[in-house]
Amino acid sequence: MITHPRTEELAESVRLWIDEIRPTLDPRNAFLARVAANAMATIYRELTQGPAAEAAAVDGMSSVLGHEGAFAELNTEFCARIRSGALTVETPGVLAALQVMARNQIAIDQPSYRPEGTPPPAG
Amino acid sequence: MTVDVRAGLERLAERLGGAGARLTEAQRLSGGASMETWAFGFEGKDGPESLILRRRSVPFDPENGRAISLQTEAALIQATGAKGARVPHVRHVCEEADGLGEAYVMVRVAGETLGRKITSDPRFDAVRPDLARQCGEVLVPIHATPPPPGLNLKVTDGQIEIERYEEIYRATGAERPILELAFQYLRKHVPPPVEPTLLHGDFRNGNIMFDPQIGVASVLDWELAHVGDPAEDMGWICTNSWRFGRPDRPVGGFGDYADLLAGYAAAGGRPIEVSRVRFWQMLGSLRWGVMCLGMYLSWRDGVTKSVERPMIGRRVSETEADLVVLLEEGL
Repeated sequence: MITHPRTEELAESVRLWIDEIRPTLDPRNAFLARVAANAMATIYRELTQGPAAEAAAVDGMSSVLGHEGAFAELNTEFCARIRSGALTVETPGVLAALQVMARNQIAIDQPSYRPEGTPPPAG
Repeated sequence: MTVDVRAGLERLAERLGGAGARLTEAQRLSGGASMETWAFGFEGKDGPESLILRRRSVPFDPENGRAISLQTEAALIQATGAKGARVPHVRHVCEEADGLGEAYVMVRVAGETLGRKITSDPRFDAVRPDLARQCGEVLVPIHATPPPPGLNLKVTDGQIEIERYEEIYRATGAERPILELAFQYLRKHVPPPVEPTLLHGDFRNGNIMFDPQIGVASVLDWELAHVGDPAEDMGWICTNSWRFGRPDRPVGGFGDYADLLAGYAAAGGRPIEVSRVRFWQMLGSLRWGVMCLGMYLSWRDGVTKSVERPMIGRRVSETEADLVVLLEEGL
């Protein structure tokens, strides 16, 4: 991949431009522009954090399933084995793998969200 | 056909306020995709009135989704209000002659509905510790209201809801292991059947008007009302998606389970176990996750074009982050 600019820098430049023009828009479009800027920020995070998140998901799922594989095929098999009842909350490693996947995905999708179990804000 | 709402409100002013009543105010407050809210007022023969018009802006399709008609909504508000529930006062249910389509009018009351204000605004600091108990109390007359005959409300229970949302999830084609595990777990933990009651169906922080002095002022947004397990209404207000940044306060981001349940029992409600509420809470997270997937699909399939829709699809991971903790804790 070329580095001048990197893909995430393109995404970041678009996000900054949207933020710049937002104040000039009518209320409906200003709202949608904020959503669009958030979408660009999500793309940025996926580009920068996605590869490590996917590698961690692959690790977790392959250790439960007992074999290697690419993310998509492991994910399909993981889902099928949960659905069939072969994997449950009691199966060693299942919840641990899912916790890592959930934590990494929320960090990409909605980093400001405070999931169940988060302690109260300080102060 | 476009409806001239302002002209309709002028006619309504005369109809409700008597000949010569003049519209003094008409302002659109908010609008979802299919529902409009207008604040309006007039000077009538009995003095000034401040009202709210709630009207559907696209035709109602009873086969599509689970919403009820606005006439049914108004009938339920009146029926629960007669039982003592804190609900809006319905001033008028619109008819063909009003030219406003499907709509009803309620008396305007002051208060706050924005969830984040209720959980975090200092104006609510004094009343906040009492809100969970009040939410329990306000559900009692709602659940005690016999569903008015002829409304054909949907009847459901835990098992039916799991199946319904699993069917929707399967149809999306998405493969999300946490949602899969939540479906399997909930199937094994469906609580024993209970006498079904009338439910508000969307009882959560955001659909309740709160007053900084008195607390719960009015329960709004009745379009998902149905019949089922009374714990469903409690579980939905405890779902973390509606705690607005305060997951440490399980009831709506403002209170504790014990206060909600105690308020319900003290007002004469049949006692409900917290595990039953937690079942519906977990199903609530799962339901909201599946609904977010559905909103993404409406964009993918070209039904809606707004950039909002695909971004709502990225909120599924919020419900997954909640579900994985609930699965770890167990019911």
